[in-house]
Amino acid sequence: MEVKKVDLPLDDEKIKDLKAGDNVLLSGVILTARDAAHKRLYELMINNKELPVDIKNQVIYYVGPSDTPPGKVIGSAGPTSSYRMDKYTPKFLKSGLKGMIGKGDRSKEVKQSIISNGAVYFMAIGGAGALLAKSIIKQEIVCYEDLQTEAVRKYVVKDFPVVVAIDCYGNNIYEIEENEL
Amino acid sequence: MVLVNSEIITKTVKRLFIESAFYIPEDILNALKDAKEKETEELPKSVLDNLILNHKIAREEHIPICQDTGMAVVFIELGKDVTIKGQNIYDAVNQGVSQAYKEGYLRKSVVSDPLFDRKNTSDNTPAVIYTDIVDGEKIKITVGAKGFGSENMSAIKMMNPTQTVQEVEDFIVSVVENAGSKPCPPVIVGVGIGGTFDKAAVLSKKALLRPIDEENEDKRYAEMEKRLLKRINSLKIGPAGIGGNTTALAVNINTYPTHIAGLPVAVNICCHAARGKQAII
Repeated sequence: MEVKKVDLPLDDEKIKDLKAGDNVLLSGVILTARDAAHKRLYELMINNKELPVDIKNQVIYYVGPSDTPPGKVIGSAGPTSSYRMDKYTPKFLKSGLKGMIGKGDRSKEVKQSIISNGAVYFMAIGGAGALLAKSIIKQEIVCYEDLQTEAVRKYVVKDFPVVVAIDCYGNNIYEIEENEL
Repeated sequence: MVLVNSEIITKTVKRLFIESAFYIPEDILNALKDAKEKETEELPKSVLDNLILNHKIAREEHIPICQDTGMAVVFIELGKDVTIKGQNIYDAVNQGVSQAYKEGYLRKSVVSDPLFDRKNTSDNTPAVIYTDIVDGEKIKITVGAKGFGSENMSAIKMMNPTQTVQEVEDFIVSVVENAGSKPCPPVIVGVGIGGTFDKAAVLSKKALLRPIDEENEDKRYAEMEKRLLKRINSLKIGPAGIGGNTTALAVNINTYPTHIAGLPVAVNICCHAARGKQAII
């Protein structure tokens, strides 16, 4: 199976080269945020307040890892369902976010926003948290430590395996099957 | 009369949750391996390959199979001839959950107030505990670490008593279809039919904890399980929802008598990381 290696951060050229269904190995820095952190960041955005984390040109991974055992970099760290972030995502993309990693299909608004902002949505395999953790080589908390597993973190990843789920042209891996019928 | 120290219950619950986070039950692992053989396309085959590899890593390195180590659900069958010494059974169970999630480095995913505060309780308690009093002098403890990606996709419907088997099946299939790629397919579908609104939901949860290679004892429901599985897999949602032949690994149905005016049907969905374990004290 052909695999594309992509170094982060993303730029327009790299994004244009990614097509739905592509197997990709990501290396570099990604941010993490899920429900509670999205809610807080969104409220700051709509009130034009400064964010405690710079999301411009970044990739956000929807994950809440399990605790880090002694001697390990991280516990289990697979994706959570992306649709719960759908109501916040267009605002994030408008604010400069370039990519997301999660699992499952997105809303119509998010798909449209991915196209209009030239972004990309990656799928990681849901329920493969032990496997995915092996590609995370460093992690640190950026903000919202009180949210515990839901805190915003910075991960350094090496060959983190994802599949392009929705590309910047609007091709969607979750819809391909439907279109074929 | 048998005397059981509550500490044994705590220790057992702790062990069951830690083991279930790392070791997938054999029946689920076998089903994933069988499913891989049935996939013809490269992408769904590679998803299943990775899930099987994930179980190997979890088992060997003691990293949880999935970061969502669930809300703790505990079914207890308490023999009527057992007396528990020490803590009451609920405190003993919750203590076991707290110890498992702290000492096993599992994720604490429970918030104290569901609507206003949503503050993490920091030890994954309280568990959801169901007790049945049964004959005998044993305590049977069955635990499930229930992830919420799939829990969120579950549904219940108070159907009309004159509705047909076909209509009940249509509803069950529609729940899986609407869930689509979100609950981490291939899923296990737990169905509860009968009882009251709440009873049907509990039946569906309990159905998820039945080994998937065992069928309903009533032939009619066993046939229905097979029919539903076939129909669900023909939806072609596939592993991780990217298309393929395996949308569900099994459909398990549990039933209970119900009221002349009703036909409750609950569908509880579980992801492929269906973590459950049992012990008898």
